[in-house]
Amino acid sequence: MPVWQDMYESVKDHDFIVIAVAQESRGEETAREFIEAADPSYVCLIDEQHQVADLYNMVNVPNAVWIDENGVIVRPSETAGSHDSFRSMNRTDFSQSDEALALAAKAQSTYLAAVKDWAIKGSESEHAFSEQEAREHIARPTQQTALAHASFHLGIYLRKNGKEDEGDLFLKSASELHPDSWNMFRQAMNLKDIGEVAGLAADHSFFERLDALEGKRYYPPPDIAGFPREPGY
Amino acid sequence: MVLDMTTLLIDDKATICNANVKNNELWINQEELEKTTGWSLKAEGFCQGNTCIPYPKTETENFVQGSEVNVSSFWTLMDKPILHDKSGDTWMLGTSHKERLGALNSLQAPNFSLPDLEGKQHTLSDYKGKRIFLTTWSSW
Repeated sequence: MPVWQDMYESVKDHDFIVIAVAQESRGEETAREFIEAADPSYVCLIDEQHQVADLYNMVNVPNAVWIDENGVIVRPSETAGSHDSFRSMNRTDFSQSDEALALAAKAQSTYLAAVKDWAIKGSESEHAFSEQEAREHIARPTQQTALAHASFHLGIYLRKNGKEDEGDLFLKSASELHPDSWNMFRQAMNLKDIGEVAGLAADHSFFERLDALEGKRYYPPPDIAGFPREPGY
Repeated sequence: MVLDMTTLLIDDKATICNANVKNNELWINQEELEKTTGWSLKAEGFCQGNTCIPYPKTETENFVQGSEVNVSSFWTLMDKPILHDKSGDTWMLGTSHKERLGALNSLQAPNFSLPDLEGKQHTLSDYKGKRIFLTTWSSW
């Protein structure tokens, strides 16, 4: 979030705004400490149901969408500058090599430069897609992902309304229906502290699941010139 | 036939209605259907605005019985997910992947309203006129 703040401060006079939405089923109290620490001047919203991920077909965080002044999507959901180089981190002390950190930094700065360019130039920016390009970059929802979102939604609702065990079963089934969604998996893992997610957390730790990706990306690189496309892990 | 207070989850809103759950199917009367989902039963089928969805007349009793409508069959007919808890007290009336894809393909940013830390609701469309960098994050 501090990166969004610096970026926003540098271009906010250009009819540009950042809306950062916490995908946070634990609710506002959990998001609060992070938001207050970052002390952002942009808009921060709390999304307990992961509604934004559902509407924009997002599967990870941070994912971003660029929306122009007419409410038109000029870049559909994509990785907002993160890089898979973190996958090479030391699993014991979480340290990363200089090369991995450099790659992550290059990814971040390339992406932020693209956002700023668009913030200033709008449709004149080379990073704003044409309608056709924007449509080509849409990740298509499927019958299964739609069912997964419905399950997730019901699971969170039931948890909040005194049916935690039953809610967990729906969270588990959501994650199974939508294995590409790290949001559903990680939120369910996170909630397990207040109610075991039947079998889910025990069977698949985050790193096991990450390793199972093999050559598939955790953060698919956004289609931006100069963004490092090497895996870095 | 027991009429119960049932919770319907539609588009992120929870609505209480009188419903009749039988054989794992959700039946509600036509008035409640219109009130809660915006769909009404007409000669052409289920209608909302200019859209009408006919149901197979050979299966009428799977969709309509007296004043009651089988929401489970209707939702499935539209290819929308419908789920419920064990007790049948809570029903999730989901959105189809076709609707989601149609919305994304239109390139009109899907609208939503969400609270900030102070509980104030913000609606995406209120920010029209500005370029919006809409990003997500999480604590987990």
